[in-house]
Amino acid sequence: MIEDEEIEILLTDLFDIHGYDFTSYSRASLKRRISRLYSLDKFPSFAELRYRVRTDESYLKRFVEEITVNVTEMFRDPSFYLSLRNDVLPILGTKPFIRIWHAGCSTGEEVYSMAILLKEAGLLKKSLLYATDLNPSVLEKVRKGIFPLIQMKQYSESYISSGGLADFSTYYTANYGQAKFDQELSDKIIISTHNLVSDSSFNEFDLILCRNVLIYFDKDLQDRVLKLFDASLGSLGYLALGSKETLKFSAVQNNYKQLNREKIWKKIV
Amino acid sequence: MEEDSLNPEIELVLIGGSAGSLEVLFKLLPLLKADLKPAIIVVLHRKSAGDSSLIDLLSTKTVLPIQEAEDKDLILPGNMYLAPSDYHLLIEKNRTFTLDYSEKINFSRPSLDVTFEAAADIFGALTAGIILSGANDDGTIGLRAIKKAGGKIIAQDPTTAQMPLMPQHAINNLKMDHIFNTVEMAGYLNNL
Repeated sequence: MIEDEEIEILLTDLFDIHGYDFTSYSRASLKRRISRLYSLDKFPSFAELRYRVRTDESYLKRFVEEITVNVTEMFRDPSFYLSLRNDVLPILGTKPFIRIWHAGCSTGEEVYSMAILLKEAGLLKKSLLYATDLNPSVLEKVRKGIFPLIQMKQYSESYISSGGLADFSTYYTANYGQAKFDQELSDKIIISTHNLVSDSSFNEFDLILCRNVLIYFDKDLQDRVLKLFDASLGSLGYLALGSKETLKFSAVQNNYKQLNREKIWKKIV
Repeated sequence: MEEDSLNPEIELVLIGGSAGSLEVLFKLLPLLKADLKPAIIVVLHRKSAGDSSLIDLLSTKTVLPIQEAEDKDLILPGNMYLAPSDYHLLIEKNRTFTLDYSEKINFSRPSLDVTFEAAADIFGALTAGIILSGANDDGTIGLRAIKKAGGKIIAQDPTTAQMPLMPQHAINNLKMDHIFNTVEMAGYLNNL
């Protein structure tokens, strides 16, 4: 078991030596994940773990990837995607060009879900999807567009609940237990590392999706990130959050109007 | 008083259940008094689909203020919180909730173990954990953490449980403080 003070020591090391700032992340979540990693990797002592994090670049990569949560799925919350199809894409479709940002996209299942929606709305050709995360290794998975085949049955069901009419399996090629999604989709995805804690706005977007990322941040960091999104959204752009996240009580809430019951807000300034 | 220092007042009660536990809650909740002292967190295994109606259903059974736990909500005494579906429920030092979308534990999200361990870490000896009917062994590890932190651990009497496996698993592996039927459980909570 890792002690609270040891967590703080690691966070200080991560920032001082490697420039990763996790100090505004939920301590309850960090403690759980660091404790889990500590026993998973069978460290004999905290000092040993600290030494590895300080000095071993390849272990640092694993450490950062494991203490952040990289669980995601395609078409999670189908009613959310149904609302994107019905309420958001028809409006975005009137633009000559569509820029979408998936912030904290992890392994990219939501990015590919979005690409499928765009394709079905006939908008993929004039769209670009920017997929960013602080972990370079998860972005490599986004680039490949390969997900476990075993998930496809559930994804197919969610896809249908989200209003999908096609045969879901036409979007990927199955091989050796993996599903590789069509090149046509990945060609429209631009990947880049981006740290929401420390990096700034890098483009103007029509739609920003950041789902189940803010729950790991404290109130101040949530506000900072929402301001960053606000600065990165064009006028009348859309912001989509996770099902338990909200703009309510945030510094930017007056600039937005919630579309419906889903966690989608339209910028009204 | 010697007795009091050995038995610190319980400030947080966790109630965890799986298959067959809803019936227990329907019987238990109406028996709880309006000025209950501790906060109560209910963690149930539920379908991941948005069954937000569960909170409405439970609220018809109790006079206590009850709500689905939201991210950053402060845990208040005498209030009842239901863990939302498809998230783990964690607790911060300042007694606020954090929702967490990490891997399922024991095939479950929310997992009893996750919330029980988080509560043991923050509330320590001021925690009581109750495990109800269920057909899997989630909860035992969390109860162990509560016990280790000096809190109290309680199992539903397996002979009264629709699915005895979950409380029985805890009883087989831990030294429980109490094994209660629903009425005894209500009496215990009302006297905290």
